[in-house]
This record gives sequence, C-alpha cells and structure tokens, in this order.
Amino acid sequence: MSLVDQLVAMVSSPLMLRALIAAVVVGAAAPVVGTFLVQRRLALMGDGIGHVALTGVALGWLVGNAASVVPQDSLALPGAVVTAIAGSIAIELVRERGRTSGDLALALMFYGGIAGGVLLIKVAGGTNANLISYLFGSISTVSNADLAWTVGLAVVVLAVGLGLRAALFSVSHDEEFARASGLPVRVLNILVATIAALTVTVAMRVVGLLLVSALMIVPVAIAQLFARSFGRTMAVASATGIAVSVVGLSFTYWYDYPPGATIVVLAVLVYAAASVTRPLLRRGTPVHDPHPDVLDDLELNGAEGATGRGADSC
Amino acid sequence: MSSPVIDARGVDVTLGGHPILRGVDLRVHPGEVVALLGANGSGKSTLVRALLGIVPVSAGDVRLFGAPLGSRGAHDRVGYVPQRLPAGAGVPASALEVVLAGLLHGRRLRLPRGAHARALAALDEVGLADRARRPVHELSGGQQQRVLIARALVRDPDLLVLDEPTSGIDLPTQQTFVDTVERLRTGGATVVVILHELGAFAPLIGRAVVLRHGRVVHDGAPPRPRDEHAGAHHDHLHAHPDPEPPGTGPSLSVEVTP
Repeated sequence: MSLVDQLVAMVSSPLMLRALIAAVVVGAAAPVVGTFLVQRRLALMGDGIGHVALTGVALGWLVGNAASVVPQDSLALPGAVVTAIAGSIAIELVRERGRTSGDLALALMFYGGIAGGVLLIKVAGGTNANLISYLFGSISTVSNADLAWTVGLAVVVLAVGLGLRAALFSVSHDEEFARASGLPVRVLNILVATIAALTVTVAMRVVGLLLVSALMIVPVAIAQLFARSFGRTMAVASATGIAVSVVGLSFTYWYDYPPGATIVVLAVLVYAAASVTRPLLRRGTPVHDPHPDVLDDLELNGAEGATGRGADSC
Repeated sequence: MSSPVIDARGVDVTLGGHPILRGVDLRVHPGEVVALLGANGSGKSTLVRALLGIVPVSAGDVRLFGAPLGSRGAHDRVGYVPQRLPAGAGVPASALEVVLAGLLHGRRLRLPRGAHARALAALDEVGLADRARRPVHELSGGQQQRVLIARALVRDPDLLVLDEPTSGIDLPTQQTFVDTVERLRTGGATVVVILHELGAFAPLIGRAVVLRHGRVVHDGAPPRPRDEHAGAHHDHLHAHPDPEPPGTGPSLSVEVTP
C-alpha cells in the first residue's frame, strides 16, 4: 500500500478523523494563549491550571456519582472547565495583590490541584487509574460530543485571543501604561486567565493535563527564535502547533505510541533543531553605527577608526 | 479660566504600608507646563502614577478633565511617557506594535481604522520611521525612549505626562523630548514633567511644584537650585553620565536618515 493510500485510509477512519480535527483546533488555539502567557512570564501557568483541572475532573466525577449520572465521568469535562477557570482567576487575583509572587502562587496551585484530584477521586469511589486518561490524554477515544465541546471552546479561545489581541498585548506588555490608558486591566487579565483555563480543558483530551502546557508554550518558544514581532510570533507559533499536533498524531496511527507524549516530544525536537539551525539561517548583520545621525561625543586620542564607533556609547 | 485639566484634592497614597503621599493638592490648568521637582523618594513618580490611576489613592479625589479615573475616564486625552520600557519577556514586540498600544483606551479595546498609518506617523515624528518593524529590545535605550514618546503622541494628547525624561538618555532623545513639549505647548496642550533638575526644559517651565517627603512644599515659579548645584559645570554625583547642556552639544537634529 502506498503512502497516499495509507493517508487516505487514515482520514477515512472516523475515529482518526475526529482525533485529527481535535488536534488541529487545539494545535491552533493553544499557542495563541501561550503567546500571552510567555509575554507575561507565566509560561508555567498552563501546567498549574492543568493540575487544578485534575481536581475538577475528580469533582465532576464525585458530583456525577452523587447524582447517579451514567456514564460516571460525563461531568468530568464540565467539572474541569469550572474548576480551572476558578483556579486561574484566583491565581490572577493573588498575583494582582502582589503579596505572593507569581511563581509561589503557581506552586500552591500545582500541589493543591494534584493532591485534591487524588483525594477526591478516592472519595468518589474511583481509583487513580481513572485519572490516568486525563493526565496523559486519550485522543483515540474522542467521541462526537467531546469533539463538539473541543471545537466550540477552541473557537471561543481563538475569537477572544485574536479579537482582543491589541488590548491583551497592551496589558501583557506594559501593565502600567495600560492602567494609565484607562484600559480595564483587571478584566483583561482575568480574560487571559480564563481563556488559558479553557485551553487547558480543551487540550485535556488531546495531550493530557500533564502535557497541556507544552502545547501552549513550546510552539511559542520555537516561533520567538525567528519572529521579530508579537503578531508574527503568534502566527508562527499557531502554525507550528497545528503541524506538530497533526504529524505527531499521525505517527500514532502507524505506531502504538501515546499521542500526547509523541506530540510534545516532536515539538521539543523541533525546538532543538530550530535553535541549532537558527545561527546558520540568520543573516549576519555587519557591525553598524546604531545612531548614524549622531556625532561622536568622545574624542579618542590616537584612535584611527574612532569615527562612527564612539556613538555606541551615547 | 476653564476647568482644570488635573484636579487632585487631599490625595494620600500608601504603598506596602508606608505613606508615600500625604494630603497633596494639585490643580493644573489648560496650557500650563508644570515641572514636578524633588529628591529621590520624595513622591514625584508616585504622585504622577496616582494622577493617572496606576496606583490607587487611599484618600482624596483625582479628576482628569473633570472626569473621575477609570475606564470611563478621560485617559484617552492623556499621553504618558514612563521612565523606561518594562523589561522584555521572551516574546519580541516591534516598535510599531508598542506604539499601536497607545491608540487603545477604556472605551476602545480594538484598534481603530487607520491605526497603522497613525502609528507610523508618530514614529516618524520621533525619527524612527525606519525602525518600525524592529523589535524594541534590539533598539538602543534612547531609541526605546523615543518609541515611548511616539506611543504617547499617537493619541494626540491634550495632557502629556513625562516621568524623568532626561535621566540617562542621549542628547538627541533629550532634544526630542524638549521639541515635543514645545510643539504641544504651542498647540495648547498641558504638560506635566518630572525632573531632577530643569536642565534643557528650563525655558519651557512656567510653574514648578516641589515635593518633599510626600508633601507639596513649593508651588509657583521654578525655584533656583541650591548653591552647590547651581553651576553649569559642577560635579553631579549621578549613577549615569550627566548630559551636556543643549546648544553647546553636537548636532541636535533628529531627522530621519533613510
């Protein structure tokens, strides 16, 4: 069977097609949010939200049990969405108060989230094994309902992230200037936190909670090696996110690899390759006078080539 | 005289449990060019930050153009130039993108039509049109400062607020600041500028407000510096090299060189 035939067979499998659609929308949306998070030095926030979302999964399970919902885990995704949003708003408010530093607040989220999840799943009568599919993703079992949720939430994330890009850039880049401009800084900060939480829960089924942050951050790390503006970084990161998600997932069609981990390892390999080849690809910029319009301000005795260089010091 | 541009009454600011400003009253009227003077730690920057709503006031009332602060306030008429660009994170931002942020305010969260042309024109005004696509963290300190001026000018402000525009920057950028203030004043705008010493701004300053330990201790004609600071060539003990006074320095033009 030729490669083309195999690819046709792959996309004509309904299971695989659903998984591919989920991978494309998650791969596109996650780096958009990740760009804002990297810019505000909260690259680990996605991971923190992922841990809190685990508590949400267990909470949904617990509520589902109490209400005798079938299947048992049908409230897991709504539980994760609600808890992740609450957790990310909490971290934003803690950060705004300035009493606790951002990374300490993240650490509290990490530990509280994962311990809460393990504890609650036990109370709900489940085992840690039930949590594994959420921790590492189970894209191969994506149902039509899961897919509808994923696409819907990803559209919301993309609409907010792209529609309000200029305003979200302003608060993430220079919060003081945004305040001085009268921008609703707190609302916009909470908006970033909320779309980050939505992304985490959307990506939960694709790459799993433990690896979700990677899909938000690693494509941004790749893009900023080459991009020279915020908008370009976001576009390149999003394209990279789609590419690694689709290629990584396709691998798992032929080989029995875990999809989430394959996607993330692929992204990290692309980053490594990109950072090694970047010096080769970048055009060498000759040493130049950054201020050709400014005369040199220092006279250097006996220095022949002083013209044009002394301006560096001004 | 028309209603004040800045109307602050009885402003107290407490940061981290420490009182920084105590009972500050400040009224600035249209067309005035006011210098805020005072030693390090006297509360100059905090006062400006309280006037613009960057730090909350613990007592008192601040109005800009007659409106209270906040997203419904008159912030779109204010151009604020901070001392420096915040330290960059990993994501590059081009000079153009930074200036575009100046077009947003409480009632406008999306860029208006023609935003790019306006931002490019503002960069052109400060002589950086050819650097619009460059990442700001690759620009020199003086050029970054000019990007911040462009970000304040792009919204055609009626009130320009400058935080220590002459500290640690090169001569052409200082002159850009002075030219900008001169031009805005001629156009009828109001200017508030934090300064350590009047320096190049001296001819433009009509009124000086001096703060000491968070209180206004002088409000009126620009004061003369203390004797030991009065000479043009005395030894400044600053962390940065002191700029030469303008007029005697090299070319001050900031024309765009293609």
